Amino acid sequence: MITKRIIPCLDVRDGRVVKGVNFEGLRDVSSPVSLAEYYSRCGADELVFYDITASAEGRRLFTDILTETARRVFIPLTVGGGINTVDDFDRVLKCGADKVSVNSGAIRNPDLVREAALRYGNQCVVLSADVKRVDGVLRVFAKGGRENTGMEAIGWIRRCVAAGAGEVVVNSIDTDGVKQGFDLEMLDAVCRAVDVPVIASGGAGKIDDFITLFQTLPRVDAGLAASIFHFGTVKISDLKEQMAAAGIPARQL
Amino acid sequence: MLAIIDYGVGNLFSLQSSFAAIGADAAITADPAAIRRADGVILPGVGAFRDAAAKLRGSGLWNVVTAEAEAGKPLLGICLGMQMLFGKSYEYGEHEGLGLISGAVRPIADVIPKTFKIPHIGWNALHLTKPSPLFANVKEGDYVYFVHSYYAADCADSVIATADYGAPLTAAVQRGNVMGCQFHPEKSGDVGLSILRAFCSLAKGAAQ
Repeated sequence: MITKRIIPCLDVRDGRVVKGVNFEGLRDVSSPVSLAEYYSRCGADELVFYDITASAEGRRLFTDILTETARRVFIPLTVGGGINTVDDFDRVLKCGADKVSVNSGAIRNPDLVREAALRYGNQCVVLSADVKRVDGVLRVFAKGGRENTGMEAIGWIRRCVAAGAGEVVVNSIDTDGVKQGFDLEMLDAVCRAVDVPVIASGGAGKIDDFITLFQTLPRVDAGLAASIFHFGTVKISDLKEQMAAAGIPARQL
Repeated sequence: MLAIIDYGVGNLFSLQSSFAAIGADAAITADPAAIRRADGVILPGVGAFRDAAAKLRGSGLWNVVTAEAEAGKPLLGICLGMQMLFGKSYEYGEHEGLGLISGAVRPIADVIPKTFKIPHIGWNALHLTKPSPLFANVKEGDYVYFVHSYYAADCADSVIATADYGAPLTAAVQRGNVMGCQFHPEKSGDVGLSILRAFCSLAKGAAQ
């Protein structure tokens, strides 16, 4: 039985984890490498590194960190942020990324998903979509959720999957940061539209939110979150235990 | 020393790192002499079967791998590298493989229920069907990481583990010194590392 995946997301700027981290027993709490090792030991099924650096120097630091992480952590690693060309795919894959997540880059260049999927295979291309309701319609947002592209979200996601995206991360701007649970309605709409794995993001505040997600929407494959893991609000080992107790297939260490 | 065969398919950084993490010396190489000197050979692979088979032939290493395997050297195929151990693949047509294990590679769509997504991606439990030294430290139900849309069929004699994805899919095979994992041991945490460690022991043992 395939398990439901739990994925911590690390935002990295200038080589450091950006969102505050609050762990006991971690020597360097803002080192992405230490944090990645910690999550891997706790039972994370996959990691997402998101590069929010703007400078070339920061970008070089990011790839160094990626390389060091891939030397030490042996679970799948997805990299996103600043992926605009197939060369960007190449850059991060060479440093040990297994999958590459595209967001604004795919909006700017509609051929990016197709070109990358042809070269690296669909399994390597993850579409990350920031979605928000505007007057009752699901719209795709670009630039970290700041800019409404005007595109209807479900159609956009469907087109990207047809072009070769092998997985979809749905980040609901409406529920992001609210910590009242995932956006079940939005996720349901995406699950009905595509037949590739769907990863839920935005809104998790507690263990029950993941249980509700997987029980309500069995077609959702994974749950992604950042601060609740970083702050220790939700411990991955506890989450996995409670998932198993609720009859949700979860990988236990 | 182990040789990770470099024939231009996929990224071998993680694979090499995982051997380094268990203290094994694994070189990424396309040099026939280095492959012949190695105690064990790893055949990696991602992407499409036809392209990978063409690249392995083009690199001139097809016969080197076959000869080393037939001489009894431990060989581990990973993911598409495992699929290439078989005689034939039906991925977009019909393509010839190394033929080191009898069987054929077929779409998982042939056997899984329609409601299951393709590819089979994520962590799935191993069901151990036959004892194998490769799984010396693996327990029934241990989880490993899969990404694939095709599976090895008609190879019941060599299957050592399956994974349930609406149907039992071949997860690992062994025929003497020739072994293969459909999943990615280099991405399967401690369970994966224990499998690579077992392969290293087999290679060392064979070299002595």
